[in-house]
Amino acid sequence: MITPAGTTPPVPGVSGPPMVLAEGLHKSFSRLQVLRGIDLEVARQEVMCIIGPSGSGKSTLLRCINHLEKINAGRLWVDGELVGYRQRGGKLHELREREICAKRAEIGMVFQQFNLFPHMTALENVIEAPIRVKGMPKAQAAELAGQLLDRAGLKDKASAYPRQLSGGQQQRVAIARALAMQPKLMLFDEPTSALDPELVGDVLAVMRDLATSGMTMIVVTHEMGFAREVGDTLVFMDQGAVVEAGRPREVLSNPQRARTRAFLSKVL
Amino acid sequence: MTTPRMAETAGRTGPPEEIKAVPVRHPGRWLAAAVVFLLVAMLVHTLVTNPRFQWDIIGRYFLSSRVLDGLELTILLTVVAMAIGIVLGVILAVMRLSTNPLLSSASWAYIWLFRGTPVLVQLLFWFNLAFLYPRISLGVPFGPSFLQANANDLITALTAAILGLGLNEGAYMAEVVRAGILSVEHGQAEAAQALGMSRTLTMRRIILPQAMRVIIPPTGNETISMLKTSSLASVITVTELLYAVQLIYSVNFQTIPLLIVASIWYLIVTSVLTAGQFYIERYYARGSARQLPPTPWQRLRRYLFTFHAPPPAPPAQLPSGEGR
Repeated sequence: MITPAGTTPPVPGVSGPPMVLAEGLHKSFSRLQVLRGIDLEVARQEVMCIIGPSGSGKSTLLRCINHLEKINAGRLWVDGELVGYRQRGGKLHELREREICAKRAEIGMVFQQFNLFPHMTALENVIEAPIRVKGMPKAQAAELAGQLLDRAGLKDKASAYPRQLSGGQQQRVAIARALAMQPKLMLFDEPTSALDPELVGDVLAVMRDLATSGMTMIVVTHEMGFAREVGDTLVFMDQGAVVEAGRPREVLSNPQRARTRAFLSKVL
Repeated sequence: MTTPRMAETAGRTGPPEEIKAVPVRHPGRWLAAAVVFLLVAMLVHTLVTNPRFQWDIIGRYFLSSRVLDGLELTILLTVVAMAIGIVLGVILAVMRLSTNPLLSSASWAYIWLFRGTPVLVQLLFWFNLAFLYPRISLGVPFGPSFLQANANDLITALTAAILGLGLNEGAYMAEVVRAGILSVEHGQAEAAQALGMSRTLTMRRIILPQAMRVIIPPTGNETISMLKTSSLASVITVTELLYAVQLIYSVNFQTIPLLIVASIWYLIVTSVLTAGQFYIERYYARGSARQLPPTPWQRLRRYLFTFHAPPPAPPAQLPSGEGR
């Protein structure tokens, strides 16, 4: 198993445990094995892009990281803390719902289908969780949301309902909504796959901006250009395992494994 | 060879010439209109000329205090029973969808029991509860009791009617609410959870408000149905609208005119409820349509003031530039 640990240049001024650390992660849905022993390390401020054919377990891996899915075996840490469990003595104790929610609140997630709340305006979508989950005063949340929407180029769309927005605009609102919780880690699950080709660029620009600002990001994507330019690490997954990982340029131009070569020859 | 023509069109200034054509005739519509008109004329004629309708008696009793008291009680029964039904329905629906097997089967059993027996039987059952439990007490289970009351004093005809109608309605509303909750896409709950929202908060802020669009129309239906079902309370001596007019015609034998009095009142209240439902549906439609449907007043105004003008252009609410 190849781990991407060590392939990333250490970022000066950032210390502490890795943002995400996975050891021998297994996940299966009834009899279907989706993840078969994933080892992974994501450093602070690292941007990791994950590519691979559909059904390779990329999305499931993301969903395990914020505990939308329970892992069956292995260990998973986010920011030095076990995901979903507490270790006391030699035993693992399941976390309570409140504790799981508190941890999820620190991890932003962006979905392929946007999943904006259709009964709320763009602004209401963004301020909902800061107010209800973090207990942020409404005025403060609205000010923060205004800044985030502005950064996403959607200043004049604050009072629009999702259905009045294009796919690209909806996805940028979804990114602003995740950022409003001031997360330490952002997960992107094929954020541009449901978009018309001409709208992809705007979303990628917002993500690039975010990466430059030092956010730790894990991006499941098919955008090889983005992976090459913005990613610090590129991971190729197939059949629930990491096949190859390394610097994006090296993996893309000089893949070591035959399976990686076969996949890249189809998508590049 | 379209190129030269395209150039020609592009060179022209001003809006394109609108098509003027002879519209298709619809002789069938005229025939249908004639038939309907004839039937309506016959109906009006008989209503006016048949002396047995006794419109003077209908007029005399229409606003009489006994009828109005009955109407008030009917509305009270409908409102209270529906309120109980809706609250109970939401609780039962959430229980039914719970991952806790005990909660979901308890909800299932409740719905099975209350939906499976006639509401008339349930009303009679509650009315005669004293036969089963002559004394009702509040206290520790199998232990001492703090409060005691005679069942016959506690369960009056009115409380029996409210209990019977409300508890029965809860079973139906549970299914309505459950359908609404299931209609909300799973991604919504996931997005809320990913933001750190608890299951309760997700249900209250994200799922239920969206489920409302599916819940409201059948709930309006249930409310209108309840208005009329409340007349069953007449069998347990609650003097709601039907029983009120029955008491009057049992003395003066003007059965038909008084039943017409009651029917007109039921129609009036149903009309008010229908209008209310329209506005509630419109409220919960925000975000689901690019443009809310016009209210009847807006439609009437537009119809009156834009007579012969072309129909209004579709609202330009699309995002500019990026159409999707």
